[in-house]
Amino acid sequence: MNIALVEYGAGNLPSVERALARLGVESRRASTPEALAGCDALILPGVGHFGALMRSLGERSLVAPLREAVSRGTPLLGICLGLQAMFATSDEAPGDAGLALFPEKVSALPPADRLPHMGWNQLRRARPSKLLKGVPQDAYFYFAHSYAALDAGEAGVAYCDHCASFVAVLELGNIFATQFHPEKSGPVGAQILSNFVRHADGKG
Amino acid sequence: MSLAHRIIPCLDTDGERVVKGVNFVNLRDAGDPAALAARYNIEGADELVVLDIAASRDHRPTFLETIRRVAAELAIPLTAGGGVANVDEGRAILRAGADKLTVNTAAIRNPPLLTALAAEFGSQAVVLAIDAKRVGDRWEAFVRGGSVPTGIDAVAWARQGVDCGAGEILITSMDKDGTRSGFDCPLTAAISRAVSVPVIASGGADTPETFLEVFREGRADAALAASIFHDSIQGLGELKRYLGEQGVSVRQTG
Repeated sequence: MNIALVEYGAGNLPSVERALARLGVESRRASTPEALAGCDALILPGVGHFGALMRSLGERSLVAPLREAVSRGTPLLGICLGLQAMFATSDEAPGDAGLALFPEKVSALPPADRLPHMGWNQLRRARPSKLLKGVPQDAYFYFAHSYAALDAGEAGVAYCDHCASFVAVLELGNIFATQFHPEKSGPVGAQILSNFVRHADGKG
Repeated sequence: MSLAHRIIPCLDTDGERVVKGVNFVNLRDAGDPAALAARYNIEGADELVVLDIAASRDHRPTFLETIRRVAAELAIPLTAGGGVANVDEGRAILRAGADKLTVNTAAIRNPPLLTALAAEFGSQAVVLAIDAKRVGDRWEAFVRGGSVPTGIDAVAWARQGVDCGAGEILITSMDKDGTRSGFDCPLTAAISRAVSVPVIASGGADTPETFLEVFREGRADAALAASIFHDSIQGLGELKRYLGEQGVSVRQTG
């Protein structure tokens, strides 16, 4: 199977690559529209600023090819900022359009507790999930963010509570994403990546 | 369900090897950073910090290679720093595999550096490290590995650093560092009350009770320690089980 990490300058791309390698999964990097088109599954890593990510995808002419790959049914996994990029807009960069796979927006978390939301937290599950298959209910995942999608309609399968309730895992058809970093979340994070790969490979 | 308190082993290095000393002096060799990283990754560390305490320009390529070797062993977050003075040096550390970088001396001399780093990498990647020592009725920030006093109030500096863009504070008590006499809870609590970002307490770690104290009285979000872990005086799993039994939210592993 041909899995590609979308390469646009995301700082956590090598970590995701290493996490996949530990699972015995080979991946390559895709930085052009042509490279995206020939993939069986895509991973959109992300860390940093929503506007910078969208501008970076735009400069590489990757926005339309990503949307087209999703509409063709190619499984896509967004990580952290890669989840946020799937929404229409973000409070972090009001002038920049997201991939708009979901019509909702990404919000600044209200300062009810310490921000950034930094560290290991648990999930509240709302719907059956492919990514969370085999993951203990009380598992902790590593988060590092100040913005989040508070709602994703029926795509929200697990939520987390810090300052507000927000979407921690979303799944809809071939679209998957986590607000936490599976590549930094120890064995349970590896399980999430493995579940995505198995699903993309038609085995899970 | 709540955010877990983090336990963070720290590898002080001379760029290449882990070293340790008391109150920032009398350094001695304590092992290979990648080997220790691999051990802590398995034993349940929530994060790892790797510092280049020599921070000499000549040795920077060696330290970047150390970060690469350490990152390759980890499925947990990695914070690295030591002598970071500009955005390019910060980028080199993150590219080598760190998720966050620490800044200390250069930020005190030039606070807009924090703003520039946060704009480039996001606040979540910028950890302001402060070395503080009790002077009279307040704490003073020291720089250059704790050797140079600044006259700056550590609590006020923490607040200003967060306003400039720091996303986390790593507060080291120079009075407690290396003494194994417990964390500096009053200092940590003063910093914690002053800022809205997470606070990592460092210096003085000893028994599991000292961790409980710094989470309760010191209001720390994370606690960092070096020698008690390197010398296997304290096991990570055992420490976390104790904290869990005391009602502190921690990520239990294994």
